[in-house]
Amino acid sequence: MSESKPESGPVPNPRVTWEGCSVLLDINDGDRLVFARLSAGSTLKIGNKTFSLKPLIGCPFGSLFQVESGKEKPYLSRFVPPTEENNVQDEGSCQLQEESRDNRAIIDNNQAQSLTGEDIEAMRRQGATGDEIVEALVANSATFEKKTQFSQEKYRLKKQKKYAPRVLLRRPFSRSICEAYFKKYPARIGFLRVDALSLLLSMANVTANSDVLVVDMVGGLVTGAVAERLGGTGSVCSTYLGGTPYPIEIIRMFNFSNEICKRILRCTFNDLCSVQNETGEQVNQHEDVCAMESQSNEKTSLSVSTEDVHLSSKNGDTDLVPENELSTSSKTCKAPKAGEKATKEVIQSWKENGFSSLIVAAPEQDAWSLVKDLLPLLTYSAPFAIYHQYLQPLATCMHNLQHEKMAIGLQISEPWLREYQVLPSRTHPCMQMSGTGGYILSGLELETWQFFTGKELQAMARQEIFRSCNILLHSQPQDLTIFRARKTMGVPSRQLSSKTQTAEPQAEEPPSPTSSTSSSQHQNEVAEEVGPSKVDKPTTPSASSNS
Amino acid sequence: MLLMDPSRKISFNRCIRDGDLVIVYERHDIMKAVKVCENSVFQNRFGLFKHSDWIGKPFGSKVFSNKGGFIYLLAPTPELWTLVLSHRTQILYIADISFVIMYLEIVPGCLVLESGTGSGSLTTSLARAVAPTGHVYTFDFHEQRAASAREDFERTGVNTLVTVGVRDIQGEGFLDEFSGSADSVFLDLPQPWLAIPSAGKMLKQDGVLCSFSPCIEQVQRSCETLRSNFTDIRTFEILLRTYEVREWKMDCSKVDDGGSVACPPGKRRRQPSSEGSVRDNPSCAAVMARASAEARGHTGYLTFARLKCMS
Repeated sequence: MSESKPESGPVPNPRVTWEGCSVLLDINDGDRLVFARLSAGSTLKIGNKTFSLKPLIGCPFGSLFQVESGKEKPYLSRFVPPTEENNVQDEGSCQLQEESRDNRAIIDNNQAQSLTGEDIEAMRRQGATGDEIVEALVANSATFEKKTQFSQEKYRLKKQKKYAPRVLLRRPFSRSICEAYFKKYPARIGFLRVDALSLLLSMANVTANSDVLVVDMVGGLVTGAVAERLGGTGSVCSTYLGGTPYPIEIIRMFNFSNEICKRILRCTFNDLCSVQNETGEQVNQHEDVCAMESQSNEKTSLSVSTEDVHLSSKNGDTDLVPENELSTSSKTCKAPKAGEKATKEVIQSWKENGFSSLIVAAPEQDAWSLVKDLLPLLTYSAPFAIYHQYLQPLATCMHNLQHEKMAIGLQISEPWLREYQVLPSRTHPCMQMSGTGGYILSGLELETWQFFTGKELQAMARQEIFRSCNILLHSQPQDLTIFRARKTMGVPSRQLSSKTQTAEPQAEEPPSPTSSTSSSQHQNEVAEEVGPSKVDKPTTPSASSNS
Repeated sequence: MLLMDPSRKISFNRCIRDGDLVIVYERHDIMKAVKVCENSVFQNRFGLFKHSDWIGKPFGSKVFSNKGGFIYLLAPTPELWTLVLSHRTQILYIADISFVIMYLEIVPGCLVLESGTGSGSLTTSLARAVAPTGHVYTFDFHEQRAASAREDFERTGVNTLVTVGVRDIQGEGFLDEFSGSADSVFLDLPQPWLAIPSAGKMLKQDGVLCSFSPCIEQVQRSCETLRSNFTDIRTFEILLRTYEVREWKMDCSKVDDGGSVACPPGKRRRQPSSEGSVRDNPSCAAVMARASAEARGHTGYLTFARLKCMS
C-alpha cells in the first residue's frame, strides 16, 4: 500500500502516517497513551522536555522512536529494535540455569548508586545517549551484580524508560482508542471495556451495508466503532433525545476517510419516531416536492449547524483529548466531518426498511424507556445489544421485554477478561486486572406487529387497545396507507385480524413467576402511556388520505 | 447471511422466500438452521410445519404447526450460526470470536488468513468483518472437514468472501502467494509455534497475529517463538458470565410491624414505580438478576502479537 497524499485524505486502511493524520502514541510500553495529530508544528511532552512530532510523518505505523540527545535539543529518532535471536537464546539458557543469587545481601539504604543527578546531567550535556546513561548507571550500581537475572532485567528496563524513553506509533483503531480511553478516562466512555465493545458489535451483527441505529452517550466511541466496521457502506444513525446531539468527539481520533464519515449520520429521536412527518401531510406527494425544493436551502443551513457542533467540541479539546493533544495542529489540519444531520430521504428510507440492528450505550438513560420505543424501528428479527455499566437497568429491561414479548433470545452477559504475563518460568495472570467491563443485554426483535389500514386503526384506537408509541408507518402502496401496530397486552382478541396470537408461549425464556399483583401493576404503567390524544394523531390524517 | 448484496438484506419489505436459510427457534437452547423449500416440511415435538406457510412471512414471524404448536423463524446471523452449526471440531464462541476480530483490527477490505478451518464458526464472523471487499483464506489439513466447511459457507452465503484450502499449515506453512499481504493471521493449531514463522512472512508490517490455544504450555512455547519477530505480545483469557432475571415476590414487612423478616440483606430489589403501595403492601415484587449457575470455565488462551516494523 502506497503512502497517501495529504490532500486525498487517508486511503482505506493506511499503514503509513501522513501529515494531518491522527495517531496514538504509546510511550514506554503502555505507560502513557497520547492521541496526537501529526504536523510539522505538533509536539509531544515527555517528562519536562518537548519533542517535535515531525519525524513521525511518513513512517509506518508500528515504528518505534527513541529519544536522542541532539546538539541543540533532544529529538525523537527512529529506533529499529535488534533482532532478538540472541536474547531468546539467553532466556532459554537462563531458564535452565539454576538461579543462585537472591536478595539477602541487598540493603535498601539508598547508597547503591554512586552516580549523582549532577553526574548524569553532565553526561547528557556531553551528548551521551540514553542507552549510555543506562549502561553507566548499571556499571556504577554496587548491587546490580548481586541481583537475580530477573531483577537485573527489571532494573535495566526501569532506567531505560527514564533515560531513553521510547515512543511507539500506533494506528488509532476502535481497539486502541477504546483501550486508551478505558485506561485514562473510563468515565467518559461509560466504563465500556474493549471486550464489551467487541461484543456489542458482534451481537448487533454490524457488517457492511447494514443500517445501524445507535444511542451513543459514550463520546462517539460506539458510533466510531460501528462506522469502522461499515467501511464506508450502509449507515450508522446516532440518535439523541432532546435538541442537542450527544458529543461524538472520539470519532475524530479515527482516521476515517470521507467515505466513512459520510455514513455517520445524526437524527433526533423524535424525527425517527414521529409518524406525522409522512402521514401528517394530507398529500404525500406534495410533501415530497416540497422536500426536494427545500433540500438545497436546508443543506446549507445544516452544514452551518454541524460546523457549530464541531467548534464546540473543539473548544473542549484540551479536556476531552488525553494530555498533550496539540491544539495548534488540530486546528490547521482537522479530521473530515462526520455526524451530519440525516436528510428526510434517508430518514424515510430507514423507516420504510427498518434498521438492521440497534446498539445502546447510554449510561444516563433508562434502558427500558429507550428500548421500548427504539425496537419498533428495527426490521423483524433484527439483533440488538444494550450496554450498561450497571446490571439492574438491564435486568428490568429484559424482564419487561419478556413480559411484552417484544424480543426473543434475550440474554444478559458480562465479559470477564484476564491478561497473562507469559515469560520463561514466570507465567501467571497479571497482578492487576479490570474488575468489570460492564453488562450487555442482547436479543432479537420479534415480528409481533399486525397490519391495519388507517380506518381500522382509528376504530381500534378509540377502544384504546394499542400502544400509540409503537404505531408506525409501514408501507405505502398506491391506494392504501398501512400501519403496523403492536397490541397492548391483555386485550381481548376479538377485534384483531387473522394474525392474532392466541397461543401461549412454550416457555421460550426462563419462566418468570409473575405474581398477579405485579402484572396488573405493569398493565397500568402501559395504559398510562397510551394517550388517546396521541393515538388520534396518526390515524386521523391517514384515514382522510385513504378515502 | 446476506452480506454481499445490499438488496437482499433483511428489511420490513423483505419476506421469507423459497431457498432462504432460516433459523428455526424453538427455545433459546433449541435452534436449527433450515433451508426453506416450498414442498418441504419441518417436524418437531410440536407438530408438522409446512415450509409453504413460511414463504411470504417476514423474518421474526411466529408460525404454527398442524397441532397449534409454534416456532419462530429468524434471519441467520453469524452468532445464531455459531449456535446451530454442526460441530466437526471444538468451536470458538461469541466472546472469543468478538475479541479476536477486535484485536486483529479486522475491518472491511482486509485479507485474513486462518488455520485450521474447523467447523467454520470463527470463519463466518471473519467473513462478516472483511465484507464486502476483503477476503478470508482458511486452511484445514482434513480434506473432508474442508469440504463440509465449504458446503456450510455456501449455505450461509459467505462463500464469495471465503476460500477454503486443504493444507497442513503446521507442516508446510502458508502459500507464498500471500507473502507480505495478510492484514491478520489467526492460528488454531495444536503446535502453533511451527506455523508462526510462516505467519510472520505472510503478514504486512505491523500486522497482527492471534493464536488460540487451550493449554498454557502451548502458549508458553508460542510466545518464545513469537519474541524473535513480533512485538506487543499479549495473552488473554475471555469468558462470559450470563445472568438469569426473575421477578420475585419479596416479603417487605418490617420487624416492628409484626411481620416475620425484613428483606434479606444483599438481595437487590427494585423500587416499584408506585411507592405508596410498598408501605401498604408488605409483599412487593422485584426484578432481580443473578449469575447463571452453570458457566463455561475455560475456552482457550488468546495470544496476540504484532509483526515488528523493521523498515
